[in-house]
Amino acid sequence: MSNLQDIPVVSTQRAGGTLPVLRERGQREVFCGLTGIVWLHRKLQDAFFLVVGSRTCAHLVQSAAGVMIFAEPRFGTAILTDRDLAGIADANDELDRICISLLQRRPEIKALFLVGSCPSEVIKLDLARAAERLNERLLPQVRVLSYSGSGIETTFTQGEDNALKAFVPIMPHTDSTQLLVVGCLPDVVEDQFRRQFEQLGIAPVNFFPGRRAEDVPSIGPNTRLLLAQPFNGETVRALVARGATVLSAPYPFGAEGTTAWLQAAATAWNVPATTFEEVTGPLIKRARSALERYRPQLAGKRLFMLPDSQLEIPLARFLNRELGMELVEVGTPYLDRQMVGEELALLPDDVVLSEGQHLERQLDRVRAARPDLTVCGLGLANPLEAEGLATKWSIELVFSPIHGYDQAADLAELFVRPLARRERLAV
Amino acid sequence: MQLTLWTYEGPPHVGAMRIATSMRDVHYVLHAPQGDTYADLLFTMIERQDKRPPVTYTTFQARDLGGSTADLVKTAVAEAYERFKPKALLVGESCTAELIQDQSGSLACGMNLPIPVIPLELPAYSKKENWGAAETFYHLVRALLADQVPPPGSDRPVRPAGQRPRANLLGPTVLGFRCRDDVMEIRRLLDLMGIDVNVIAPLGASPDDIRRLPDADFNIDLYPEVSRTTASWLQRSFGMPSTRTIPMGVGATRDFIAEVARLAGIDASDLLDAEQPGVAGFASSRSRMPWYARSVDSTYLTGKRVFIFGDATHAIAAARIAKEEMGFTVVGLGTYSREFARELRDAAKLYDIEPLISDDYLEVEQAIAAAAPELVLGTQMERHIAKRLGIACAVISIPIHVQDVPARYSPVYGFEGANVIFDTWVHPLVMGLEEHLLQMFRDDFEFHDNAAASHLPAVAPAVSREAPAASPVVEELAALPGSPVWTEEGERELKKIPFFVRGKAKRNTESFARENGLASITVETLYDAKAHFGR
Repeated sequence: MSNLQDIPVVSTQRAGGTLPVLRERGQREVFCGLTGIVWLHRKLQDAFFLVVGSRTCAHLVQSAAGVMIFAEPRFGTAILTDRDLAGIADANDELDRICISLLQRRPEIKALFLVGSCPSEVIKLDLARAAERLNERLLPQVRVLSYSGSGIETTFTQGEDNALKAFVPIMPHTDSTQLLVVGCLPDVVEDQFRRQFEQLGIAPVNFFPGRRAEDVPSIGPNTRLLLAQPFNGETVRALVARGATVLSAPYPFGAEGTTAWLQAAATAWNVPATTFEEVTGPLIKRARSALERYRPQLAGKRLFMLPDSQLEIPLARFLNRELGMELVEVGTPYLDRQMVGEELALLPDDVVLSEGQHLERQLDRVRAARPDLTVCGLGLANPLEAEGLATKWSIELVFSPIHGYDQAADLAELFVRPLARRERLAV
Repeated sequence: MQLTLWTYEGPPHVGAMRIATSMRDVHYVLHAPQGDTYADLLFTMIERQDKRPPVTYTTFQARDLGGSTADLVKTAVAEAYERFKPKALLVGESCTAELIQDQSGSLACGMNLPIPVIPLELPAYSKKENWGAAETFYHLVRALLADQVPPPGSDRPVRPAGQRPRANLLGPTVLGFRCRDDVMEIRRLLDLMGIDVNVIAPLGASPDDIRRLPDADFNIDLYPEVSRTTASWLQRSFGMPSTRTIPMGVGATRDFIAEVARLAGIDASDLLDAEQPGVAGFASSRSRMPWYARSVDSTYLTGKRVFIFGDATHAIAAARIAKEEMGFTVVGLGTYSREFARELRDAAKLYDIEPLISDDYLEVEQAIAAAAPELVLGTQMERHIAKRLGIACAVISIPIHVQDVPARYSPVYGFEGANVIFDTWVHPLVMGLEEHLLQMFRDDFEFHDNAAASHLPAVAPAVSREAPAASPVVEELAALPGSPVWTEEGERELKKIPFFVRGKAKRNTESFARENGLASITVETLYDAKAHFGR
């Protein structure tokens, strides 16, 4: 392909064949891990997220959230000032003061996350130690945890990975057998999966994170992990280090992905094939018939995914295999093979997979390819639309319920909408 | 450290982005980690810009910190110059890059590009967005005009006879408040006065336009938060005088016309004589606003308590309009623009109120709750506050939301701006006639507490009335120790008062009871308080 000329092409092994990967370095147009606060605070309704950073961090979180939601925040920023940097004020004392006054104002808060940022990392403010210190004063009323959402170390969805990883050391040990579903899911989706596992006879099932930060699941050698999100690699490795094992599967997007995902658990629990078919058969049928409505509008359409949410690879698989879209290029901020091995095996052989980003060169490729649909971040969507290219904001994919059978068609509709809208408009 | 839930201003480099994005042929290389690219969406989503901001980010990562971050700056500068071919290049750092001290500006200057390279030092841990915009605009103008500055003491060239006076419009930017339309309105007004616009900057200007700034006779300092520094420098260096009046509201627009006429050395008496303060009817002004304010339907606006908060320019101008042109009572006036604190303090004296200079959202929320206004004129942040407290709100200043960048022509400056302001401020309040009807028919079942005025969106009142219950501030007020207790008949009587004034009646009665040391509130206390407070 001509657009690969000036870029090193690395051949890599994958299940079922080789796949070229463009590795690019240059300007990245991706949020940092702080953005995860926007959905994490909706999920963990007893938690407050306190970013320790700069005014830029505060502005980022409110801008990312402000475009999407309109609510009383359970997040905030302890903004570093010249006094903190010059050592006039002791940053640790200041942080303690802010945390205590915050918790006095919000007595319903049961967990406080101290979230590290680029500036706090660069000045080496030790938030883990700060959390320890505060826990001595505040436990058991409030638990203080810390993680980094800094943009020099994390992209967009890695914030969730680091937040979940912070729970791992405090998870109680258990030797009991359990299925643990890892990754933030909307409550409605969680409830659907619970019902499906119950029908399959898989029990006990726990979700991580729970609905409240107080509900910390147990972990141990008989815990089987089923991964709901592809971006929680560090958390998964930490859980494995606590003895858990991973049930390899594609992610539960679309009828195919969901079936394979449930199958992985069913196999581990020795669920009879007939039971599995009885339970999933009607669900697959319903999901497929719902998807059928959107297939004609997406089949044969060419898709370009810019690296953003880390969901690109599983979604590309779904859009390609279940809706017949052609993949022009699938970008991902970073490629974690342990997390997406099963997905890579399902991608077509001729797909262009890119890792990292050189924004201008990538946009050159978008313009050259003129795809029917480009998945990108909010900063790029309107400018690309103005160039005549239909876009889908990737941030909507992390805020909407898109997992499981009954959301498969909703997920497809997210990609249909920009195309359908362009067809309607005559202005 | 300062706890912030919402911040009124972004960091100073976002101010620099506003300048770069407003202009043509200017590019900004920003040494910053990848997360900082979020700022693009402010422009493309809130302002619906159809182009990316002309900003290249170095997006350095932790693994670069060993030593190659400076190389990233040079690569980014070289690639940006090659690709975008700007006529001037701004180079600066965001908060994190400031800490690693790569001296991006000097690095870029050392690359000998054939265009002006303007290094920006915007201290991220002490300064904020508007300051960053003002500083960037100033450094850009200074760099581009450096070779034109006349020797000190030189006289301004005299305008040739027969040539129309020329003015520069300084300060409008993207992500400012209604700048796009204000500029059109002021241009129309100047044209009416026989004055030409020389350059509008930064909005739509190129570096070549900036070099033409001294061709004008004077400057119009439209948005002092952004342009005051530059206007002052042009005055010092080129002897160009500058306006001080902000033409927001009918009275201020008239004052502005007089000031501009004086600076331009022209006669504007025809225009000003046609303006007749104190006279009713459509013919009293080029704006419909004075007549709308005098028409009988507006009687209900009298003495509405209004709390005003925003950038200093819009807040101060709004207070004058509120008092003189709407007949409101200004019960609060504040700004987050510390750079203009003195101007705001002076203005607050006119209304005999305590000025509020703060960028602490929680402090502003407390001040609003305590002042119990009927209308809040504020920013996107006050929209959150007013929603929580169940108070009507209109937005008069940045920071803004996408809905504050309307498609229609909607300036807030000049005569048309006054019309827009009248509509925008009155709309959230219950309309005059409707208020009487609600009063008359309040016992009818259609007028139960959840029945909204028909011109308001069906969902808004329901949301706004349940919001106060969830507000810690309101709960705090209610739970003050020693609070008088409502008797059962007192509470029944209170419920007969229309919902949109009930909150105020309740607060007034409780404070009356407290002041008089009453432990309980009866029907009589309610009416005693009503008599004490008036309406």
